[in-house]
Amino acid sequence: MVMFNNFNFSKLKEGLTKTRDKIVNTITETISGKAVIDDKTLDEIEEILITSDIGYDTATNIIERTKISLKSDKDRSGLNILGTVKKELISIFDYMQIDGEEEKINKSKPYIILVVGINGVGKTTTIGKLAHNYKKAGLKVIIGSADTFRAAANEQLDIWAQRAGVEIMQKKQGTDPSSVAFDTIRKAIKEKYDIVLIDTAGRLHNKSYLMEELSKIKRVINKVLPNAPNETFLVLDGNTGQNALVQATEFSKVTDITGLIVTKLDGTAKGGVVFQISAKQKIPVKYIGIGEGIDDLQTFNPEQFVKAIFDI
Amino acid sequence: MFEELSLKLENTLKKVRGQGKLTEKNISDTLREIRRVLLDADVNYKVAKEFIEQVSQKALGKEVLSSISPGQLITKIIYDELTILLGGDRSEIKLNGSGLTTILVVGLQGSGKTTFCGKLSKKLKESNLKILLIAADVYRPAAIDQLKTLGSQINIPVFSISEQDAVKTVRLGIEYAKENGFNTVIIDTAGRLHVDEEMMLEISKIKELVNPTESLFVVDSMTGQDAVNSANAFNEKVNYDGIVLTKLDGDSRGGAALSIRSVVGKPIKFISNGEKLDTLEIFHPDRLASRILGKGDIVSLVEKAQENYDELEAGKLEEKLRKNKFDFEDFLKQIKAIKKMGSLSSLLGMIPGLGAQVKNAQIDDKALVKVEAIINSMTTKERIAPKILNGNRRKRIAKGSGTSIQDVNRLIKQFGEMQKMMSLMNQKGGGNSLLKNLKFN
Ligand SMILES: Nc1nc2c(ncn2[C@@H]2O[C@H](COP(=O)(O)OP(=O)(O)OP(=O)(O)O)[C@@H](O)[C@H]2O)c(=O)[nH]1
Ligand SMILES: Nc1nc2c(ncn2[C@@H]2O[C@H](COP(=O)(O)OP(=O)(O)O)[C@@H](O)[C@H]2O)c(=O)[nH]1
Ligand SMILES: [Mg+2]
Ligand SMILES: [Mg+2]
Repeated sequence: MVMFNNFNFSKLKEGLTKTRDKIVNTITETISGKAVIDDKTLDEIEEILITSDIGYDTATNIIERTKISLKSDKDRSGLNILGTVKKELISIFDYMQIDGEEEKINKSKPYIILVVGINGVGKTTTIGKLAHNYKKAGLKVIIGSADTFRAAANEQLDIWAQRAGVEIMQKKQGTDPSSVAFDTIRKAIKEKYDIVLIDTAGRLHNKSYLMEELSKIKRVINKVLPNAPNETFLVLDGNTGQNALVQATEFSKVTDITGLIVTKLDGTAKGGVVFQISAKQKIPVKYIGIGEGIDDLQTFNPEQFVKAIFDI
Repeated sequence: MFEELSLKLENTLKKVRGQGKLTEKNISDTLREIRRVLLDADVNYKVAKEFIEQVSQKALGKEVLSSISPGQLITKIIYDELTILLGGDRSEIKLNGSGLTTILVVGLQGSGKTTFCGKLSKKLKESNLKILLIAADVYRPAAIDQLKTLGSQINIPVFSISEQDAVKTVRLGIEYAKENGFNTVIIDTAGRLHVDEEMMLEISKIKELVNPTESLFVVDSMTGQDAVNSANAFNEKVNYDGIVLTKLDGDSRGGAALSIRSVVGKPIKFISNGEKLDTLEIFHPDRLASRILGKGDIVSLVEKAQENYDELEAGKLEEKLRKNKFDFEDFLKQIKAIKKMGSLSSLLGMIPGLGAQVKNAQIDDKALVKVEAIINSMTTKERIAPKILNGNRRKRIAKGSGTSIQDVNRLIKQFGEMQKMMSLMNQKGGGNSLLKNLKFN
């Protein structure tokens, strides 16, 4: 939280108002004048949950739990039903601690952050945003461009480094990505950088040779610095449906994912699949992406996130 | 005594055959399960609901064939409808025979537009078209470089301007194409969210300016419930001609395709299957249908059962089995059917009355090839009356089938044992041991 407290929240609001109308309507229909839990109301809530990509099982669970907690409750107005559902949803994130990120970074400099994910989810953009924020927090940042595969990946990241005003380490397309990671960290140690951000090529989790490449990157990083990477962020596209769960599971097998970043939440997609990931795998959601600009990254906030699914 | 036996057989068969007709009651569990399967596959909530309702309305009252249950039949009907819904119109792209063909590529951020532009150019180049790529993503860092890198890999020129103006880029690009003898342009545009009014206005302008021969909406196959919203919004602005489904080399179930297909009714024209430029494929609705429903389970079995299993033949076979008149001729027919279906075990599982009993039987499908060759080398007479197979005949058969005399002997011996087992089974009214003793090797 400390690192990113000066974010511009208006963008998220703006993004949300665009979708709010639809939700308001759904909810007023849902709750108008109903004092009992009828199946129709619950069905409508189920629809809202499922269309947010929360997933069938999680949606059904939430509704079951809501029914149970409402049994003893005299006030069964629609609003209360909604309130209960929201509470249930927020409680999924209860295990997440807002840890002293600053302390963690201060304890182990250079602090190595590896960013992974499937193709096109927003890794590179997120690295640019993260670099910008760390820099703003007064830290010395270097980016390592370990996507040596995609066409013009170097050029793209280079532009982001310039925008953020941070150092970048790059090699020719086709170079072994772990050698880029290696050299970046060596340079960071030598020149006393605080933060190292390593971008990687997008890879589908069912391609074992690419996953093996990733675990090699991790091993090489670990060889240079025993505790590194200090963080491994898995970037998920907010538009992705149930497959995100598989992505989280599979990436966790080759790297210890320490946090999730959900991007593209400036559209109408809700990214609800992270409830499942959180419930099942207990990987904290750290940030959300809400646009293509350098300032469009926010600290994840469970209340706001849940609110965005239902907001009246 | 005899009557009792046939009654017994009838009863088991009836049970396997199911309950005659599809009723709301006997398919409700299956429908619930299918709804869940569709939602897990990211089919939109409303789309899944409507789809299931319509299909079950159509299906109610249908006769249930022997050898499958109502649940299996409704699954099969759903699978068929899904295939029809996903398929439909021809998936080829239109080309402008006389003048300039213009192809506009649109979609959300990161869906795979630029890569697809590269792939499509590569494919069209094979038909000797003179192609120009236009780099109209003037926003994303290094988007133009990316397209240029791809273009250079396949020797296709890329048009871009230094100004950050997408509409102007397109206008000048098309002029350039006309002046320089290109007959096809492919326009890569920036990824945009459908709620971004400014960017959606831009894409409308491009569409209006170009009036493309073909416009394509590129969508990530992993997309969740929101696919209906973006597909709709883009359709309103661009009225695209078709859909490109990307990243199918992943393991997503691809239900978004069904959502989009039912909401906008546009055909899926291409499948993008990888990061490299040679991974563009035409779309197969049946494959996507089974992917959405979950691979390899009931669907394919029921499917194959219906496709290849002739009711009449099944009846005859039953009769023969019962009367202990199953000969090499019947055996060969079965093997042919099996080969069409892929696996012996699955076929045996479909024979009415045997069903679950063969689940544990170990059967080597490869050995079938040999068996078939041997039977093929027999005369019809020999097949019907294996008793006449003396040493000379066996030698001839071995030679004709390219197998050894031992192979032939073994098959005949095993077939004899099988017939014995069958008569035993008929006496006992059970089929358990029959197939366990059927070993081919
Ligand atoms: N595995 C796989 N990756 C793909 C496929 N199509 C595209 N990609 C990858 O997905 C990422 C995004 O692809 P792009 O072609 O840049 O997507 P885009 O829609 O042009 O993205 P923006 O221009 O940023 O909106 C890249 O890493 C591509 O290599 C595919 O079919 N399979
Ligand atoms: N609207 C929006 N677009 C984003 C966001 N994050 C990334 N993008 C876009 O998504 C596309 C893919 O991003 P990129 O960083 O290249 O993904 P990578 O392949 O994972 O590195 C680009 O067009 C980005 O501009 C976001 O939070 N919101
Ligand atoms: Mg990248
Ligand atoms: Mg692009």
